Amino acid sequence: MLRSTTSNWFGVAPAWLVIGIFGLLPMFIMLAISFMVQDPYGGVEWGFSTEAYVQFLFERDLDDSLILNTIYVNIVARSIGLAAMTTILCLIIGLPVAYFIARQPEDKRNLYMLLITIPFWTNLLIRTYAWILILTRNGVVDARLQWFGFEPGTFDLLYTNTAIFIGLVYSYLPFMVLPLYASLEKMDFRLIEAASDLYASKWQAARHVIIPLARPGIVAGSLLVFIPSIGAFIAPELLGGGKRMMLGSLIYFQFATARNWPFGAAVSILLMAFVMIALLVYARAAKGQGLPAGGH
Amino acid sequence: MRQPVGHYPGLRLWTALFFFFLYAPMVVLVAYSFNVNKLAMIWGGFSTRWYVKLFTTGGIGEAAMNSLLVAVIATCFAVAIAIAAALVLVREAGFRGAGLSNALISMPLIVPEIVTAVATLMFFVMLKNWIGFDLGLGNIIIAHCVFCIPFAFMPIRARLQDMDLALEQAARDLYADAWKAFRFVTLPLLMPGVVAGAMLAFVISLDDFIITQMISGPGTTTLPVYIYSMIRNGITPEVNAASTILIAVSTALVTVYWYVSRPKKT
Repeated sequence: MLRSTTSNWFGVAPAWLVIGIFGLLPMFIMLAISFMVQDPYGGVEWGFSTEAYVQFLFERDLDDSLILNTIYVNIVARSIGLAAMTTILCLIIGLPVAYFIARQPEDKRNLYMLLITIPFWTNLLIRTYAWILILTRNGVVDARLQWFGFEPGTFDLLYTNTAIFIGLVYSYLPFMVLPLYASLEKMDFRLIEAASDLYASKWQAARHVIIPLARPGIVAGSLLVFIPSIGAFIAPELLGGGKRMMLGSLIYFQFATARNWPFGAAVSILLMAFVMIALLVYARAAKGQGLPAGGH
Repeated sequence: MRQPVGHYPGLRLWTALFFFFLYAPMVVLVAYSFNVNKLAMIWGGFSTRWYVKLFTTGGIGEAAMNSLLVAVIATCFAVAIAIAAALVLVREAGFRGAGLSNALISMPLIVPEIVTAVATLMFFVMLKNWIGFDLGLGNIIIAHCVFCIPFAFMPIRARLQDMDLALEQAARDLYADAWKAFRFVTLPLLMPGVVAGAMLAFVISLDDFIITQMISGPGTTTLPVYIYSMIRNGITPEVNAASTILIAVSTALVTVYWYVSRPKKT
């Protein structure tokens, strides 16, 4: 087929126009705004300043001296900690499930995949909201406990870090199981037989055969869980009550309530930096493993 | 008796618990939407009164219409753009801008939603203040189109990669011009990918909350944004009813998508 370079560009031009102008350009503008100064009316003033980044670590005293402020550092620590714990728990829950499904006959495998895909595409807001009904005082669990004579409020996890944690695991678990399954499905199960013939115990076979073969899925799944977890907004907002902030809710707050664009932009840039680091780690782990380099 | 090789005890139970964890919250939500009791937590008997109340109190109808309008228009644009891009990026994979174009298209998948949301918000506010550009619901459609493109793109690209070029070349040999070959050969063969991509884009648009919440104003509320404001005002049975409707729509769409896109048995 004969096609000139010009007509190639003609084909991708609409994508460049839409994503370039309304996706990429706003990111660069955001980067610029993070180096500007907040004006009192909620907009920004022109000029270069690193104030927004300084504000992240320090507070200005009345005499303009800087005092260390750990509020935002704590939010970063909570975000990274919760995202890491979510990734690990999703892996622990997901790996045996993916292995079990991969070993089923084809019809059953397809059905299981459909069952995992449905929550994957169901509105995250609604799936998180459902946990309010379960975790709250007088909620589904607490009410059942009351039948057995427990005091009301025995089970009341709403607005705790644990609630956010449960919400995150619940939100992103399918993101872990799907890539794990994709790599285990292709596995040659005769390798386990071979390991067994060579007197490997079950757990040795799991450790030295299954887990290494699942590695591309483990790496991809971890990335797909970690990135949305660290920037999560819905779970900390609904299940943390908006008081236990994560990076996502901090950013939201700067635009919805505090009206401090430069600071909100700076936090967004920081979040993007964490995402970039995660992607680099992924790219390094993916090297030589036949994984798609782009992450999707 | 020796267990078969590669069998681990408790896997079936573990998987059963996994699916319980995955579905129990949604089942609870659906069940309580049919609860006659006004106190959402206490079961009083079966009733559909909250659905009736939901539809008789205004606001939600308009929000649902907005959601549908945004999803349909954004999906159409996203699919058209994705087809054009995929044709070039699969068949002319070697051309100079291919790598960069692929990266650009998958960008919305990698950037956290909240970051996209606030970046888009600032951009639209600036456009409005500087050149008076404000399309209302159109702004939301544009923003949705951006993140729908990669979802439409993925299945279309996958389909194109598996497609045989011979039929199209045969059409060209029989003097079909480029457009006719595309219209009568390539596009029909591409259709399963197009349908799958459109479904994904549609569900993604319908479900989006964070980005829409950021850029929507009065009169441009969508269903998830409306539900969020209901949740903010307290847990009421109407929220459960509205949520159940959205769960039903998503489930139906995904199931249809599943049957359309799964490989045919030979």
